[in-house]
Amino acid sequence: MSITIQNLNKQFGTYKALDNINLEVNSGELLALLGPSGCGKTSLLRIIGGMELADSGSLLFHGEDIQQRDARERNVGFVFQHYALFRHMTVFENVAFGLRVKPKKERHNEAEIKRRVHELLNLVQLDFLADRYPSQLSGGQRQRIALARALAVEPKILLLDEPFGALDAQVRKELRRWLRRLHNDLHITSIFVTHDQEEALEVADRVVVMNKGKIEQVGTPDEVYATPATPFVYQFIGNVNLFHSRDHAPWSDEHGDAVAYVRPHDIDISRVAQDETALAVEVKLVRAIGSIVRVEVAADGSSEFIEIELSRERFDSSPLLEGDKVFIRPRQFRVFEAEAI
Amino acid sequence: MSRFKAHTVLPGFNLALGFTVLYLSLIVLIPLSSLFFKTAELGFGGFWDVVTSDRVVASLRVTFVTSFIAAGINAFFGIIVAWVLIRYTFPGKRIIDALVDLPFALPTAVAGITLATIYAPNGLIGQYFAAHDIKIAYTPIGIVVALTFIGLPFVVRTVQPVLVDVEAEVEEAAASLGAGRWDVFRRIIFPAIFPAVLAGFAMALARAIGEYGSVIFIAGNMPYISEIAPLLIVAKLEQYDYAGATAIAIAMLVISFALLLFINGLQWWSSRKGGR
Amino acid sequence: MSAQHIKRRISTQESPLVTVTLIAIALVFMALFLVLPLVTVFIEAFAKGWDLYWTALKEPVAWEAIKLTFIAAGIAVPANLVFGVSAAWAIAKFDFKGKSLLITLIDLPFAVSPVVSGLVFVLLFGAQGWFGHWLQAHDIRLIFAVPGIVLATIFVTFPFIARQLIPLMQAQGKEEEEAAVSLGASGWQTFWRVTLPNIKWGLLYGVILCNARAMGEFGAVSVVSGHIRGLTNTMPLHVEILYNEYNFVAAFSVASLLALLAVVTLIVKSTVEWQAKRSGDILH
Repeated sequence: MSITIQNLNKQFGTYKALDNINLEVNSGELLALLGPSGCGKTSLLRIIGGMELADSGSLLFHGEDIQQRDARERNVGFVFQHYALFRHMTVFENVAFGLRVKPKKERHNEAEIKRRVHELLNLVQLDFLADRYPSQLSGGQRQRIALARALAVEPKILLLDEPFGALDAQVRKELRRWLRRLHNDLHITSIFVTHDQEEALEVADRVVVMNKGKIEQVGTPDEVYATPATPFVYQFIGNVNLFHSRDHAPWSDEHGDAVAYVRPHDIDISRVAQDETALAVEVKLVRAIGSIVRVEVAADGSSEFIEIELSRERFDSSPLLEGDKVFIRPRQFRVFEAEAI
Repeated sequence: MSRFKAHTVLPGFNLALGFTVLYLSLIVLIPLSSLFFKTAELGFGGFWDVVTSDRVVASLRVTFVTSFIAAGINAFFGIIVAWVLIRYTFPGKRIIDALVDLPFALPTAVAGITLATIYAPNGLIGQYFAAHDIKIAYTPIGIVVALTFIGLPFVVRTVQPVLVDVEAEVEEAAASLGAGRWDVFRRIIFPAIFPAVLAGFAMALARAIGEYGSVIFIAGNMPYISEIAPLLIVAKLEQYDYAGATAIAIAMLVISFALLLFINGLQWWSSRKGGR
Repeated sequence: MSAQHIKRRISTQESPLVTVTLIAIALVFMALFLVLPLVTVFIEAFAKGWDLYWTALKEPVAWEAIKLTFIAAGIAVPANLVFGVSAAWAIAKFDFKGKSLLITLIDLPFAVSPVVSGLVFVLLFGAQGWFGHWLQAHDIRLIFAVPGIVLATIFVTFPFIARQLIPLMQAQGKEEEEAAVSLGASGWQTFWRVTLPNIKWGLLYGVILCNARAMGEFGAVSVVSGHIRGLTNTMPLHVEILYNEYNFVAAFSVASLLALLAVVTLIVKSTVEWQAKRSGDILH
């Protein structure tokens, strides 16, 4: 089911949580809402789920306005940040809950409920935990049970609020891959909220980058990383060096008072000046981190460090030492007018 | 959005709040407001005459002095009981812990007649004091005994959780810096539990000031000496002096409110100082 | 190296002497103020043997007092239970203006002397009260009658259940309820299947404390009762009358029932605390 959001606004007191949001979510895609805390991503998710009401704007599911519809009637599965498992019910009863509270005439018989719950528990590979209570599960298991519970009512849309937020790094990575695979199998239109760029880029079909209640960019993971639309996206996704035109970096001079954004791995280092736009710098720090080498340099008389990432291969072909005088030049950069920042 | 309530998907707000406010108004607010209307009937002059009459002043003094002493006793012993229950293990500890709440569970009238019996000159304990010409029951000392009983759980129950929270590490750090056990208590633990002690003291005090059932049996109820203010209210009511009874009630409310305000201020100050 | 060279005490423990002294002080204090009175009730009740004990309890007036006590508690506890749940639902699950004022007002009856709690109902419904004339004209008696006793009991036990549930439900948050609604549960289904099972220990705890106070209340009930034997006497009031008539055995016999109630209350309370701790709930 597709979702269309038009001119959506939401204000909490004097704080504008959502500022004129327009977004189209395609049927069957896995979309990430990415942004720092307080950017409005969770509010947007809760409005889609019917947990909050928008102040103005429209929200359409498959072309049909559903804002007047109650959360219960939206047929949306919601996975809560802290899972919100019912602590006094077993895993089985948690997953069965949505089936048991259906109106009498729609309700399945006990055998059918049992079959479906076990099917779902098998889907999340936790059928052996059916009789446990939530407090007896690990974080990753709770997460998967919460997902199974949301899927039990056969939602047309799945919403996940910071699905991996409360897990440790290792479990997080595994669950990410697992969620991706699960989505490939089920193809339910899914939206998840995250503040972790790596998570968004790795899992989602498309990423919506949000900041201060506005959408900064919508695109595939590759698009938002390789061609960021705004300075915010540049800084939020991946590392970036900022070159102020008036200080140094002659190659950006033509733009007047502007700032050039350059990724650390988009900078060439050379012992001789590549051309007249090259910047003379001194190597301040060299650190090998796994397969890459991070070099920090500073222009003469400047205290601002510029970060450069080289592959180990490339570094080994012409090693650098702290204190070396070298020249740098960006291969790729993007310039934004100062007022746009 | 200037609505009265933030949106949520959960139902039942209007019903729940509506019933809550209605019930609160009918059971508590309207009845209590009658106190102020009744006093207004009396006028300020009349009110002042009642509350400054010798017998009323004496009863208020008895009430507040005995309550203060009882709350103080409870603060001192409450700290020890809480400490012992949290820090040490000994046989029967769980039963003792449960027993702390007895004054909440035992009807005050039962406590009253029992304490009066025990501390009477021929009673189990009273006889030993009587041998030295000390009377406990039927004197203000008896009132203190009864008020100590009913206020006993407050300090223990407020201090216990705070005492659990005092980090062992802090004590270990102090000990490693050469502090003796008493120093550690005085400088580290006591400042940490002091706000809780004050809170418990205030609750015990408030309870003691209003207490009636447990006191009247042991107090002897002699005007000017061992007559408490709540008893005087009842006495006025029995003479159908509603306005007089109300005036004393208001005086009690005002004084205890001022006291609690002062203790709250003290507590706020000490908790700020303690950084908790 | 023999064991006796190892210092037995680590520096964050008191010396055994101090430990023993403190435990002794605490135990003596508790024995004097708590254990002794509790034991004395039963000793005095059985002072003249079983026969007199039973005779005192078999008195019809004693039975009427027991009955009235149960009626008062039987009305006050359920009424305050319904109130407590609805107040906690409104306060813990929703954000609205004036919430903290409401919480303060709910605690108000705890700040008022029991005698004053009775007094306010006399001021409202007594002969000279606001509604006194109207009630007299319609021949309705509230004060010095059962309704007054029930009202006073409700008043003094008013906050017990609400103040137990409010912090518990606030700590539990509303995510589980939101999850239930998003899975299609109706309001009642959410309440019965999700909220109620989560608060059951807190609820029971509040009910026990509320019931103990309702059955044992003396001051407030004393003011509104008029002490009419066999009609408006609750158990605590009956104890007072017997005691003032120097009928100590009978007084302590009835008192022993109330003391038994207190002991049962403490036992159930400890059990509930233990159960709640196991399920991770907070009780206050």
